Amino acid sequence: MSAEVKVSMDLSLDQYQLKKESKVVKVLIYIGLALWTFINLFPIYWMFTFSLKDNKEIFGENVAGLPKHWLWSNYTSAMNTGHMNVYFVNSIIVAVATILITLIAALMATYAITRMAWKLSGTVNAFFMMGLTIPIHASIVPIYVTLSRIHMLNTYWALIVPYAAFALAMAILICSGFMGDIPKDLDEAARIDGCGVWGIFFRIICPLMRPALATIGIYTFLQCWNELMFANIFNSKDALKTLPVGIQALSGQYTTNWGPIGAALVIATFPTLLVYVFLSKRIQESFIAGAIKG
Amino acid sequence: MNKKVISTINIILFLLPALILFVGVLIAPIALSGYYSFFDWNGFGPKEFIGLSNYRELFSSNAIGFMKALRNSLLLAALSVFVQLPVSLGLALILGRGIKGERGFLAVYFMPVLISTVVIGQLWLKIYNPSYGILNVFLTKIGLESLTRIWLGTPETALGACFAPTLWQYVGYHMLLMYAGVKGVSPELREAAKIDGATNGQVNRYIVIPCIKPIIKVSVIFAITGSLKSFDLIYVLTNGGPLHATEVPSTLMINMLFLRNRYGMGSTIAVMLIILCFAFALLINRLFKEDR
Repeated sequence: MSAEVKVSMDLSLDQYQLKKESKVVKVLIYIGLALWTFINLFPIYWMFTFSLKDNKEIFGENVAGLPKHWLWSNYTSAMNTGHMNVYFVNSIIVAVATILITLIAALMATYAITRMAWKLSGTVNAFFMMGLTIPIHASIVPIYVTLSRIHMLNTYWALIVPYAAFALAMAILICSGFMGDIPKDLDEAARIDGCGVWGIFFRIICPLMRPALATIGIYTFLQCWNELMFANIFNSKDALKTLPVGIQALSGQYTTNWGPIGAALVIATFPTLLVYVFLSKRIQESFIAGAIKG
Repeated sequence: MNKKVISTINIILFLLPALILFVGVLIAPIALSGYYSFFDWNGFGPKEFIGLSNYRELFSSNAIGFMKALRNSLLLAALSVFVQLPVSLGLALILGRGIKGERGFLAVYFMPVLISTVVIGQLWLKIYNPSYGILNVFLTKIGLESLTRIWLGTPETALGACFAPTLWQYVGYHMLLMYAGVKGVSPELREAAKIDGATNGQVNRYIVIPCIKPIIKVSVIFAITGSLKSFDLIYVLTNGGPLHATEVPSTLMINMLFLRNRYGMGSTIAVMLIILCFAFALLINRLFKEDR
């Protein structure tokens, strides 16, 4: 901004003129941006407000305004009758386990690919990167058949293992970027001090990879938290459902009573938005990293 | 043991967890899907080898309706490329130029990408609800009652009603990618053009857009493959109905598997999806190369 202003001042002395945007265009741009902001925020605002209303307000008295009576009981019925608390815990268990497995596997693989000198490391890396383009549809039938044969359907593992596998490519991609920034001299120094490969990995590399772990963790969390297709098919028991499947079940149960559905939607969305508020830049970076190199 | 053997063992040990996951869950199942697609199989009984019959049936049978599902997803792809991406590009160009409130707008526009598609689907179900949905209520309020309808229940409007939230949700995603690209264009280049008398529009047209072409390419590929794979929102909103008006390949695949127990045919659809995704990715890559 300031550079632009300076340039235009210098130039006006020389009788040149920068073409400046007219006021009208500027106003139009802001109107457009404001409109798109509204379109993006309104559904979320509406969700929050109708989660606190009763049907009478939602269906006519007060469609879009703030709730007149804050009906927190919608949340208790979503939790108690709609089992949202169970689904929430299930989602957390699946997400945390997936993140842990993804991180360990990705860190180790990236270390082998980028830090150990061997011929095929480039090929192996390219092999893993194929995972960025493979759609989950590709494996749904064989995984389902295998899981049902080994009686693993309706377990947490039925989701954790596939989620970790599909998150792997992205995790290795992000890891390689961060690991490349750690100077190789560190490895060298540790080796001279008598540290083995595993020592270097656990004592030097892992502690320095903390920022990468956060980025991968967030990205993987979002993928598992929101995934529907696998979750819907591999886990049909109520006690094991994750949030997306649970919401589907709950909305079938409360077709005519919107308040508890709204509450369920808020419960499922709240953690994501909370993370986003604090880490928006890191989240955006992880999405960009995956697309630009993939 | 000599040093070389130890280091080879270490490399294998380090790669092992990732390789097991990756091969076991991604690579082997793709091969298996291809294998199953040549069989008539209900998932538990004996498999009967039928060669390419599944593929032939998929493309010729009206009862399965794959061609219609494919047409629907290609229409979504076209809308993504020609409606959604231009909106994203426009937003990215405006925000990337550095206007007041840039980060705030960016954060808000990206937000729908993070919210679960199921949540967005449920929200739009409520928005479209024929009697109490906010869309019909709004239309009635501004005196356009004649325009109100059962959005998701009428074959003519259901497809559009399913596509609108899909397109809306991912505008922010493509905008973010393009924004990152716009930010990467060197400010000197921009200023030089401006000193030469270029308007903002001309700077965008002749400098910024050519610079971010590789990112636009990625966006186009993602938009098309994403459309071919689309599932969540349509599953929540209509699950392919009414009268199969909103069927897409993924919903078809799931129905084939879990309603009709046709595992061979389900695998055939999965294989077709993978092939289509890769084919389109290659095609777009080629198109962008020739353009240069």
